[in-house]
Amino acid sequence: MKKRKERIDRGIKARSGDIFALSSYREMIYLSTPRLVPIIGFLILPLILGIYWQKVLLSVAVFALLAISWDILAQTGMVSLGQALFFGVGAYITGALNHYWGVPPFISIPIATIMGGIICTLMLLPVLRLRGIYFSMVTMIIPLMLVRVIEATKIFGGTEGLTGMTPLPSRWVEVYLVIGIMLICLFGFRRMLDSDYGLVLRGICDNDRSVTNAGINIYWYKTQALFIASSIGAFAGAVMTHVYMFVGMPVFALDYSMFPIAAVVVGGPGTLAGATLGACLLVPLSEALRGFGGLRIVFYGIFLVVFTVAIPEGIFPYIQRKYNQFERWVEVDK
Amino acid sequence: MLTGTIIYALINSVILCLIAMGFNLTFGISGVANFAYGAFYILSAYTTWIMINSFHLPYFLSVIFSIIFTMVLGALMYQVVLKRVRGQAISEVIATFAIGLSILELFRYLGFVGFEYNLPPFIDASIVIMGTYVDVQRIIIVIAGIILIMALWFFTHNTSLGLAFRGIAQDERTALTFGIDSDKIATLAVSIGAGFAAIAATVIIPLGTISPSDGYDILMKALAVCIIGGLGSTGGVIFASFLIGFAERFTDTFIGSHWTMIVSLAALLIVLIVKPSGLFGKQKELEERI
Repeated sequence: MKKRKERIDRGIKARSGDIFALSSYREMIYLSTPRLVPIIGFLILPLILGIYWQKVLLSVAVFALLAISWDILAQTGMVSLGQALFFGVGAYITGALNHYWGVPPFISIPIATIMGGIICTLMLLPVLRLRGIYFSMVTMIIPLMLVRVIEATKIFGGTEGLTGMTPLPSRWVEVYLVIGIMLICLFGFRRMLDSDYGLVLRGICDNDRSVTNAGINIYWYKTQALFIASSIGAFAGAVMTHVYMFVGMPVFALDYSMFPIAAVVVGGPGTLAGATLGACLLVPLSEALRGFGGLRIVFYGIFLVVFTVAIPEGIFPYIQRKYNQFERWVEVDK
Repeated sequence: MLTGTIIYALINSVILCLIAMGFNLTFGISGVANFAYGAFYILSAYTTWIMINSFHLPYFLSVIFSIIFTMVLGALMYQVVLKRVRGQAISEVIATFAIGLSILELFRYLGFVGFEYNLPPFIDASIVIMGTYVDVQRIIIVIAGIILIMALWFFTHNTSLGLAFRGIAQDERTALTFGIDSDKIATLAVSIGAGFAAIAATVIIPLGTISPSDGYDILMKALAVCIIGGLGSTGGVIFASFLIGFAERFTDTFIGSHWTMIVSLAALLIVLIVKPSGLFGKQKELEERI
């Protein structure tokens, strides 16, 4: 007797999904739990964690931002292998502003966010017409090249980097600033991707030619998506510069390119929540494995392979499915 | 000085060509992205080293063993990992890059770093060519390079297997209708590509030491040469390796060693932007841009 798995939406999902008149607390709780858990979790965690794990939480939020930025780009059909470009450009802009002209962090971070977005967009503008793996390779090469240029020309402090940035007022400001922006990005851009605008972006990923046929200028949309994504990355870089009080060549390191991809692959692409979930899992894991030294990169490579091959949809869609649907085995009709 | 630079630039070009050959075979000719290529190169060198120093096998046998070992590993990687993500270019890149990362970092973790990790040159001597000292190992590299290039050219143009390799890169579905088993060919492509990496490592590594961080450089160089030359074009790869080889040596001598990597990366970037299929690539001109 052959059987197959049948998935049906839960009753509560059907009731609360389509009809916008919520009739019971159960439905309200059902709808709000997935939204409230991350918000409340991220807002409360800094209060109960010690200083060390607070720093870990900070880097969770930073990598979540980078992963969200990667996911937005990937949704638009641009797979970037160089998030470090965005991170690094943002870091260097705020670093230079603060180091040479003494601009305070609360002015230099927004400037770096916008300027970083503009500069990265202009840098990648010539390659927007490339698709697939060619675009990825260009994004992989640019950060590597910028590192070498900084090394060779000795601009911005060369190999030593710039030190002595103004720190943010307190560690609470650091944590809550990054977490706040991350939550805004997560929910705001999730909403954006579900809107008509996001539909166009995802259409470009699925079939760019038919979007062109619909009379939409896909390059203009791609430019906008690129600006959004690179601004998010630049913000992450700018904040981290003021946290470390240092900016140097490590901001273009492979970590900042590979880790966001790993986070999205683990969490599940397409839903920015998956990217955030991936960062929440991977960053503490990599901290816990710090004792293994170089071996943790090996673990994390194996992790990446297993997830790409065995669970390509990621963890978040799995959880989402379990939350919204129930499953049962039914006999296959003859 | 100029003749010396030219001679070393020639040798450098052949080294680049040797490095790129295997990558060109897997990625360029048969379209399978193997970003663990640099790791295979380093892995085969370490395998030879372990065979010589821990198992005390003769040099020749160790080399043969390491080439076969790398080829088997390549085939295994295709069957276990790549087969499941075939066709999704980005997943292929992420999975193979992660495998390469794991291999290289594992060697680094196990402490395989230092000057004692080197391979002996085949013949430890040097000769004088037009007033420049050149060691015999570099001459061997040039000869090996020429032989391999000719073998590869003959293989991809005159044997049915080589034609099948090019077939699956050009159009996998059409290749299937001609009875080409794309999984089998792709396995072979990854495996033979890994074998080429092992051969390249065997002749090139005696010039220096084995170090895990070289793995990333090797991958970058192979990528640069293959893309500039044009995917799937053996002649283009040769041309590109001479272009980059000469550019690297000349910037090293006349501008500064910091700039060598920038020159090749800038060349790569310009080619990708202007003509992503490479200077000599004819395939897929339609699919790479919109």
